[in-house]
Amino acid sequence: MADRIALQVLRYRPEQEAEPTVEQYEVPCRKDWVVLDGLNYVKDRLDGSLSYRWSCRMGICGSCGMMVNGEPKLTCATFLADYDPGPVRVEPLSNFPVIRDLVIEMGDFMRKLPAVKPWIVRKEEKPLPEGGYLQTPEQMDEYKQFSMCINCMLCYAACPVYGLDPTFLGPAAIALAQRYNLDSRDQGARERLEILSQHDGIWGCTFVGECTKVCPKDVDPAAAIQRYKLKAALEWLKPFFLWGSER
Amino acid sequence: MTSSPDIVLVGGGGAGLRAAIAIAETNPRLRVAVVSKVYPMRSHTVSAEGGAAAVIGQDDNLDEHAYDTISGGDWLCDQDAVDAFVREAPEEMLRLEHWGCPWSREPDGRIAVRPFGGMKRMRTWFAADKTGFHMLHTLFQTSLKYPSVERYDEWFVTKLLVDDGRVQGVVAVDVMSGRIQPILAKAVILCTGGCGRVFPFTTNANIKNGDGMALAYRAGAPLKDMEFVQYHPTGLPFTGILITEAARAEGGYLINKDGHRYLQDYNLGKPEPKPVLRSMELGPRDRLSQAFVKEHEKGRTIETLYGPVVHLDVRHLGERVINAKIPFVRELCLKYQNIDPVRELIPVRPVVHYMMGGVHTDTDGVTPLAGLYAAGEVACVSINGANRLGSNSLPELLVFGARAGRAAADFASTQQVPRSIMMAQAEDEKRRLENELLRKERGSERLAALREEMQNTMEQSAGIYRSGDSLARAADRLRGLQERFRDVALQDQSRTFNTELTAALELSFMLDVAEAIVHCALRREESRGAHQRTDFPARDDERFLAHSLASRNGDGSCRVEYLPVTITRWPPGERVYGG
Repeated sequence: MADRIALQVLRYRPEQEAEPTVEQYEVPCRKDWVVLDGLNYVKDRLDGSLSYRWSCRMGICGSCGMMVNGEPKLTCATFLADYDPGPVRVEPLSNFPVIRDLVIEMGDFMRKLPAVKPWIVRKEEKPLPEGGYLQTPEQMDEYKQFSMCINCMLCYAACPVYGLDPTFLGPAAIALAQRYNLDSRDQGARERLEILSQHDGIWGCTFVGECTKVCPKDVDPAAAIQRYKLKAALEWLKPFFLWGSER
Repeated sequence: MTSSPDIVLVGGGGAGLRAAIAIAETNPRLRVAVVSKVYPMRSHTVSAEGGAAAVIGQDDNLDEHAYDTISGGDWLCDQDAVDAFVREAPEEMLRLEHWGCPWSREPDGRIAVRPFGGMKRMRTWFAADKTGFHMLHTLFQTSLKYPSVERYDEWFVTKLLVDDGRVQGVVAVDVMSGRIQPILAKAVILCTGGCGRVFPFTTNANIKNGDGMALAYRAGAPLKDMEFVQYHPTGLPFTGILITEAARAEGGYLINKDGHRYLQDYNLGKPEPKPVLRSMELGPRDRLSQAFVKEHEKGRTIETLYGPVVHLDVRHLGERVINAKIPFVRELCLKYQNIDPVRELIPVRPVVHYMMGGVHTDTDGVTPLAGLYAAGEVACVSINGANRLGSNSLPELLVFGARAGRAAADFASTQQVPRSIMMAQAEDEKRRLENELLRKERGSERLAALREEMQNTMEQSAGIYRSGDSLARAADRLRGLQERFRDVALQDQSRTFNTELTAALELSFMLDVAEAIVHCALRREESRGAHQRTDFPARDDERFLAHSLASRNGDGSCRVEYLPVTITRWPPGERVYGG
């Protein structure tokens, strides 16, 4: 393993330049260094003007997603040595507008979140003094996987549908809707279904499964979307089956 | 966002979001602005792993939780605050259950609890070992349903606006555009968390820079008990990634280079195959971190590239238990340390984790400065005293986040709209940022170099063991660093998402906080909890059964005074662990 590796970093400073450029930096390539360590080395020692987001450095806050050699990755969990001898290309996440350097604009996702009502919906709230809801481990397993999403946006960067149609709610938002739909304490599935079926996007998902492949937390948004489509289709068909009996 | 909100929350982590919801539920007519330098779900609450304590079991009671907390805090906790805390923690945790938090369950569907360090009963609720992550996302997602809660995501607060002895808003940088703007309000609640990044080796995220502590300190609110810095005994070397106490609660052993469970040599009980509450690996964090240093002095630690370590052994728990109870431990070890704890020993060493001290508040989050409130790690109520017990900080941010929210809501309901005179102050702050940082002639000091020097100074002088000499030297060095900071060079003069500017502001916050820590530590001539003085090795209740209060003098220097501890039912006694 070489002791240094080249980072080719996409730079874009809207106040100074009309188009993005690529800048190359040499950083140490240590066995336990991740791509983010390389970027921090650049910022602290070579070029203080490089901008990117990061925080926890343990794969749970979801801040540091970037394209590494063309793939969406959490840079805190991507080792430089895996790209030896380099160079390593670091770019902002695909499918998003770029604010500056490696920083993307994710306001679109933040605005979509409340649309899927990601909270427990109850017809009647249970008063606190009556205690908690019972939920067996098996009931929890129903939605647990979909509750693990860290909103890192890697799935949006990988999603071919979102790339073409930004009105698509997208993998993480749909998985989150499903997280609440499948929670035994929740009664809001019907409300969410109405919101989801209004958007053409869900039908646009072609089950390429790219979202699931890149998810660092094994959330499997593709499965959430497929289950949703099935459910929505059944709901749509229901009135036809129930026509006679309900009248 | 044209007109002013009624209440500004600085910080959108657990405490901030809980406070926001409390305000929305207390008075839906009040407009709440959550001003956070990161998107709320990025906040550091997300990293909490092991669990959240609240009395739930038939065999448990509030007094036992209070006693564990007070003895764990080496009697520096305010006992009225602890009483309120243990009393309200269960309903707060239950409320989170109603909001959808996926607490781990017993087979029959009831909430499960696990043992935790320093706790005499099993009372720690958990969501596997991603408790903070699930709590934060539950709070954030729930907060989305309240229309009165507005968010200023990625806005960096630089100053509190104070007029007529009352806080009436903040000045903040909208990081995306670089615009510097006042946000006026009738009350401000600080929920910015801790300051672990003052030290070089910490579990804390990059965003933990003591922002709120410094904002309060500069505005004239005192900081309390800043010398009490918690080292968590088990961090991964190099990264400082936390290996949760739950790994020991589920039965993990700490062993030295000879494979010996060395905690038995430090008055922490006898080694048993199964975990024993308040004993050995389930002792309090301060005592375990101190034992590590002693063990190192005896030459019984293992040398690595990143300093001495001991080993955490969870192999005997087996793959099934590890996957069910501490899956994140396995994930972190595999991803970041390239070891599998099912088959291998985990190298660990003490790592700066939590700040017991913070902005001085009462039990409603009220600070001595009118209109200013604080809750969560940024605040010091104090329920944590000289050493916080693991799994008390998550319920703390719920209980006191809610209390501060309600208190601020009541206060704001009685206040007039802030006076426009505040705009002049805001203009001054804008000019300061532009002249001192953005439009400055080239300085000669490198930002990262100053930060590293500060961090190394703190580690050398204000670490697990301290002495008067080294603290005095650190105080001088920090003064020098403050001077040199005025000459810091910023390469980035642009407005759009300028993270060099925010890093400089963070360093300036950290320098203030570091000075407060060192001065409080220097003045406290005793050893208590996490504050161990080699020159004063004993606890001294005669002189120091008191909170330190650090205030900033006009010239920027630090003044330390003392405030008595509130003792109600538990007179100071000896801390006994190990049965």
